[in-house]
Amino acid sequence: MSNTATNAVTAPPGGGRLDGRNGLGGAPRRGVASRIINRVGGGVVQAGLVVIALFWLLPTFGLFIASLRSETDNSGSGWWQIFTAPAQLTFGNYSELLKNDTITSAFVNTVLITVPATILVVVVAALAAYAFAWIEFPGRDWLFLVVIGLLVVPVQVGFIPVARMFGDVGLFGTIPGVVLFHTAFGLPFAIFLLRNYFAGIPRDLLEAARMDGGTEWTIFMRVIMPLGGPAIASLTIFQFLWVWNDLLVALIFASRDSQPLTVAIQQQVRQFGSNIGVIAPGAFLSLIVPLIVFFAFQRYFVQGVMAGSVK
Amino acid sequence: MAQIVLDNVDKVYPGAVRAVDGLTLEIKDGEFMVLVGPSGCGKSTALRMIAGLEDISAGTVSIGDRVVNDLAPKDRDIAMVFQNYALYPHMTVEQNLAFGLQLRGTPKPEIKKRVAEAAKMLGLDQYLKRKPAALSGGQRQRVAMGRAIVREPQAYLMDEPLSNLDAKLRVSMRASLNQLHDRLGVTTVYVTHDQIEAMTLGHRVCVLREGRLQQVDTPQRLFDNPVNLFVAGFIGSPAMNFVTAQLVRDGGPHVAFAGEKLPVPEETFAGKPGLDGYFGREVIVGVRPSDFEDAAHANARWARIPVHTSVTEELGSEINVIFTIDAPPVVHKDTTDLAQDATEGEEDAAIPLVEDKALWTARVNARSHVRPGQDIELAVDTNNLHFFDPDSGVAIGHAAAHAVAPAGA
Repeated sequence: MSNTATNAVTAPPGGGRLDGRNGLGGAPRRGVASRIINRVGGGVVQAGLVVIALFWLLPTFGLFIASLRSETDNSGSGWWQIFTAPAQLTFGNYSELLKNDTITSAFVNTVLITVPATILVVVVAALAAYAFAWIEFPGRDWLFLVVIGLLVVPVQVGFIPVARMFGDVGLFGTIPGVVLFHTAFGLPFAIFLLRNYFAGIPRDLLEAARMDGGTEWTIFMRVIMPLGGPAIASLTIFQFLWVWNDLLVALIFASRDSQPLTVAIQQQVRQFGSNIGVIAPGAFLSLIVPLIVFFAFQRYFVQGVMAGSVK
Repeated sequence: MAQIVLDNVDKVYPGAVRAVDGLTLEIKDGEFMVLVGPSGCGKSTALRMIAGLEDISAGTVSIGDRVVNDLAPKDRDIAMVFQNYALYPHMTVEQNLAFGLQLRGTPKPEIKKRVAEAAKMLGLDQYLKRKPAALSGGQRQRVAMGRAIVREPQAYLMDEPLSNLDAKLRVSMRASLNQLHDRLGVTTVYVTHDQIEAMTLGHRVCVLREGRLQQVDTPQRLFDNPVNLFVAGFIGSPAMNFVTAQLVRDGGPHVAFAGEKLPVPEETFAGKPGLDGYFGREVIVGVRPSDFEDAAHANARWARIPVHTSVTEELGSEINVIFTIDAPPVVHKDTTDLAQDATEGEEDAAIPLVEDKALWTARVNARSHVRPGQDIELAVDTNNLHFFDPDSGVAIGHAAAHAVAPAGA
């Protein structure tokens, strides 16, 4: 920035305009030019982000429109025709969907699988993570290494042995079977995530609670759990999404009576053409619930929960 | 309220690291005991063993008349204030204060009463609904204190509670701590590495080093009669000056060093039995900076030495005169330990001004307008000379000298 430019900006304001912006002191002054560049630069970046976001949303939007058009309209033309013919919009697919027993019972199954699988993982992992982080017991670190090792075991490895075992104990094809499988394969990551978060809680805080008369259980419930909020919220969302969107595990372990929405929708794909009138609204239905869960928990992501605790 | 007794307490960490070594200490009922020492001296470990946060490797700790070695922290009826406060960030100030009482099943009206009392005592009334994040450092510190106070325990344990505050706040919190203790009269064990805090707060101060007790006494007696070079150098700021000198008879007892001679008053020999055995031998002589004065303003009977001023620090009420004497610095395990502690973390915190010459500090009256580079005459109060054995570093003729284990054994 040249000297004259600086002088022009910092020259004493005339006409008694001694407001905060032009007065002496305050934030360091910047030239008009650099401020314009900043403003414009920021605008360009924002516009770019909006374009990317819209582009990303396009398929979802298309699916949504398709779900609101009749079977014949969908097979005749693309969803963008809606802009020229808004009269095509109808809730017919949705009312059909609600009458479709396969889809509604699959939806109920999905909830019955996802909710217990999420709760089980979060509860068991939180307890295990507390022990791994803060309770000393022999072999603790080795055991934790084993948990980390389990992170890399692919889910496919378990299919045949677990299917056999479930068959022996009568869990194969049942909802509890699917729940147990998801829980087992969700736990290593869940424990890993929560342990590392819990281990970051200052030791002094736990010692203070211990001096205050806390037992392990009260410390866990009243100090660790509230402070672990952000990690538990992230874990809940991840686990919920994985299980809700899972197709592979359900395809193998669920039967016709216990199949979730993903399997039910997949079976609407015919050899010749697709049953878009069921698939589009079904997929949209399956998409709504995770969105609700995400928005319900996202406020717990707030940073700075630990602020003010120590120092 | 209760007394706390440590009897031959050891703490050995895996790998045979002895953090605390045979510590025996009796803290009287209602006493304010300060544990002080350089970092790594075991003072915090000792405190945590009293608290029950560390296992005791050997020996016994009793609080009141109970041996508490195997009791959980919550059953010892003590409260602790942590260095970094350790407030529960998800609770308001009120909930923080009440938490310990709730866990003990104190009835609700009682909790309310005690929290209100403590909040009033600490000036926290208007912050009760705030979370710790919305408090300043000093306020958080007071909440941490309050959490201990509401419990009305048998003893308070404080682990460097003021070290995270800025200098000014620390001084005022020190004063309020003093007041608080006068008011509550509860046995307090206080850990610090700051010798000024130790001197101002403690009824008695316990100096630790490498896990061993060096000396326990009132602050004034520690200052006047340090038991060895380590305590002498650690207590007092600026630190005591040391030099290796010859004890000679030359028409009366003298110490000779750096081409100077200071007379030793006859009374000194009466007060330090065994000192006369050092005639013709080397001793380490210690002089407090405060036992110097500008000769122009000093007692006429004090001995004089001429010095060449290197640096002066004018503090307003007095001037620190820093000068070199023509003798090598005293090299002893005790003094090197101290130097290490002083420069900890900063490799070149102390710039060696003059190679192989001891650097001394004298504290003189502000009226003496001494300038750097000036030659002046200093007066020394020879009644307050300290004498140490050059091998063991122990103060010669000190009543408790035999009790101190030799350094670095």
